[in-house]
Amino acid sequence: MKSLLKHRLAWPVIALAALLLLNQVFRPDFLSLRMQDGHLYGSLIDIMRNGAPTILIALGMTLVIATRGIDLSVGAVVAIAGAASCAYIAASPEPGSPVTAATAVLIAVIAGLALGIWNGFLVSTIGVQPIIATLVLMTAGRGIAQLITGGQIISVSNDPYKSIGAGYLLTLPISILITAAVFILAAVLTRRTALGTLIEAVGINPVASRLAGLRSRNIIWIVYVFSAVCAAIAGLMISSNVTAADANNAGLYIEMDAILAVVIGGTSLAGGRYTLVGTVVGAFIIQTLTTTVYTLGIPPEVTLVFKALVVITVCLLQAPKARNLLSSLKAAPKPAAKEKVAI
Amino acid sequence: MVPVVEMTDIAIGFPGVKALDGVNFRLFPGEVHALMGENGAGKSTLIKALTGVYSIDSGTVTVLGEHKQFSTPAASQAAGISTVYQEVNLCPNLTVEENVLLGREPRRRGSIDWKGVRSRTREVLAELHLDQVDPGSLLSSHSIAVQQLIAIARSVEINAKVLILDEPTSSLDADEVNQLFRVIRDLRDRGVAILFVSHFLEQVYDISDRMTVLRNGKLVGEYMTRDLSRMGLISKMIGREMEALAELDQAPARTRARTDSGVTPFLETRGLGRKGSVSHVDLSVYPGEVVGLAGLLGAGRTEIARLIFGADKADEGSMAIKGASQRIRSPRTAIDLRIGFCSEDRKEEGLIGDLSVRDNLVLAMQASKGWARRIPRRVQDELVAEYIQALDVRPANPDALIRNLSGGNQQKVLLARWLVTHPELLILDEPTRGIDIGAKTQIQKLVSQLAADGMSILFISSELEEVLRVSDRIAVIKDRAMVADINNDDVSVEDVMTVIAGGAQ
Ligand SMILES: Nc1ncnc2c1ncn2[C@@H]1O[C@H](COP(=O)(O)OP(=O)(O)OP(=O)(O)O)[C@@H](O)[C@H]1O
Ligand SMILES: [Mg+2]
Repeated sequence: MKSLLKHRLAWPVIALAALLLLNQVFRPDFLSLRMQDGHLYGSLIDIMRNGAPTILIALGMTLVIATRGIDLSVGAVVAIAGAASCAYIAASPEPGSPVTAATAVLIAVIAGLALGIWNGFLVSTIGVQPIIATLVLMTAGRGIAQLITGGQIISVSNDPYKSIGAGYLLTLPISILITAAVFILAAVLTRRTALGTLIEAVGINPVASRLAGLRSRNIIWIVYVFSAVCAAIAGLMISSNVTAADANNAGLYIEMDAILAVVIGGTSLAGGRYTLVGTVVGAFIIQTLTTTVYTLGIPPEVTLVFKALVVITVCLLQAPKARNLLSSLKAAPKPAAKEKVAI
Repeated sequence: MVPVVEMTDIAIGFPGVKALDGVNFRLFPGEVHALMGENGAGKSTLIKALTGVYSIDSGTVTVLGEHKQFSTPAASQAAGISTVYQEVNLCPNLTVEENVLLGREPRRRGSIDWKGVRSRTREVLAELHLDQVDPGSLLSSHSIAVQQLIAIARSVEINAKVLILDEPTSSLDADEVNQLFRVIRDLRDRGVAILFVSHFLEQVYDISDRMTVLRNGKLVGEYMTRDLSRMGLISKMIGREMEALAELDQAPARTRARTDSGVTPFLETRGLGRKGSVSHVDLSVYPGEVVGLAGLLGAGRTEIARLIFGADKADEGSMAIKGASQRIRSPRTAIDLRIGFCSEDRKEEGLIGDLSVRDNLVLAMQASKGWARRIPRRVQDELVAEYIQALDVRPANPDALIRNLSGGNQQKVLLARWLVTHPELLILDEPTRGIDIGAKTQIQKLVSQLAADGMSILFISSELEEVLRVSDRIAVIKDRAMVADINNDDVSVEDVMTVIAGGAQ
């Protein structure tokens, strides 16, 4: 039990379970799932579906943070991807056809690739600090999105496109399936190759990594491109869900939720070791919090404070010092430096 | 006399390792007490137990007759115990004076009195005979050795009752060691209790009054230095008798250089240099040859190594590898040309602290394969097992985080990182720093063996004896330029010292 508690995922998982239970207490049907017209319904499914864009972006953010970076531009990339695909569909001669939808998706992903290459170029080749480099696109990006949409909200009606965010496949929402696929891809890509270890090496000690012959430039490039592509896919989901592109509000503040998910999941902002599973759990916590706010009927004014409290608690529980304090209250004292060993 | 510090029956365990088990230790005022033991014996752990970095599992600590259990290093410092750790732990981005007085700056009406800071720092530095150091310069602009002395300056400033020095001399040259010892004796005569750790027996016998020997986390005993012979000490440390000693005394067989005409050197530099660093380096290293770089600290030995490896870019002169002219712009280029470089700065330039021994050991190899082609786990395991055994890394656990290894064992893993890549030229910058006396001979032998198998080796060490023992040829570096190239036939330490001191070649 004690060693289980020391696992790096222990506290995030406990926090998530506690939140879910809290909801269950207030709404006894909360955890139940039901089948209707071959589709699975329930609050858990809603949480996963609504959380899908955040999870996607947080996955990309995890790898960026592991290299000691940060990507503030993801919200802007969401807006640009949505704007580009919707603008294409709206302008195409056959706005309802599957081919149009597929091309729109391709355009969004290519836009993500290009934006990621731009971020990676600034950070790895020019050597701009990540927070500044991505701030450029964060602010300029919304402007680009507005140029694409001409300052309007573009509505589209294309069924295949709508299904990305709102459709079902094999009883599950397609957005959940896409997110799961990206998660598996990221996990395999980083752990089956040496990419994951090299990302961590660059994040832990860039100087030593360089002297060991690591081409950190390539690695940094890869993570920013991955992050932007994840954001572009999230942008597709968001715009598809509402069948419209809103350059101003799509993905607004989503970088904050993503960064929070990463931190709550147990990856340090200082870079180095990361956990993709932790990030997913972190994103679920954030999404469940939003749901909990509704379940408990918390007035909107205090919603943010409530969220902040939960986030602070989870982060505190992960800090070695706070953990020590806890365990020294409970039992024999265990030292700070030794705690880290278990991680 | 009452001890200032008394530790009784101390035990500390880490997952899978009993780092300390029933250890007693006493420290008296006005004495220099050496803590002795092999790599991983538990010396640093005992120090960290005393200073509150680790909390102890059982046992008691008494300071000046009072029971104490420090929970943070700051608490022990407040109680008059000052520590200079094995790895310099100052802030490289602050100035020397900020580091010396950090947190205790003299103040005038609430704000820091910078004039006072400057003059106080000057005083302390002068006490340590470090007058040449500019208090306003950045700490990172100084060599590790000077940084180490500045860390000691910080302790002197505190007026500590107990001064703990964990391997302070491993990066100092002979003069600096003397300088440090002068300060230590000074402090001792003022009644400060000094705890000293070093793998250099000569130094230990020179400076210490008393010693405590640890082996595998257990106490072997406490002895007066004058009562214990060197032989006796060594066998107490390694737990075996004389046969190991015979091995130690035996100098490794040196391979003769193959510098006859007709052979192309692996590396040849002509007037190599870099503005503000070193200049006029004409160095050649032949296959199968060990070339030693000798010179005082700060002479520019490390800088030369960095130029050859592409860690810094050369801006004058030329370099040829196997006769073909090359421009080495990055470590990666050098590695692709089969050059390896084991840096002297273990913590900043070597360790990936949060990764395992395995990941650290195969890092250079993996990096040159590229991220897409992961070295299969089975191959990794074989390599790691092979080198852990060959270099006797303890604990022999590939999954241990490297930052949890003892200093000497970390060094062995970093050495192995380059050995697995089978370089044709291996640049070793202080490869035996922090390594215990047994392992040191082992590494010196390994160097000779590698050269016998055809590898070229550039060997840098502050210990002239060691350079002389392993090198076929010695390049003398002085004032950031190469001043002599000596064939190592019956050359003595004195001969090299004369050259270094400025006598003509
Ligand atoms: N934080 C830690 N977690 C796990 N094991 C540790 C930790 N710190 C030390 N150890 C282990 O405790 C043992 C003693 O290490 P210690 O650093 O005290 O050795 P040492 O005598 O100082 O050796 P060296 O001469 O190489 O510096 C080693 O086996 C080391 O691996
Ligand atoms: Mg040590």
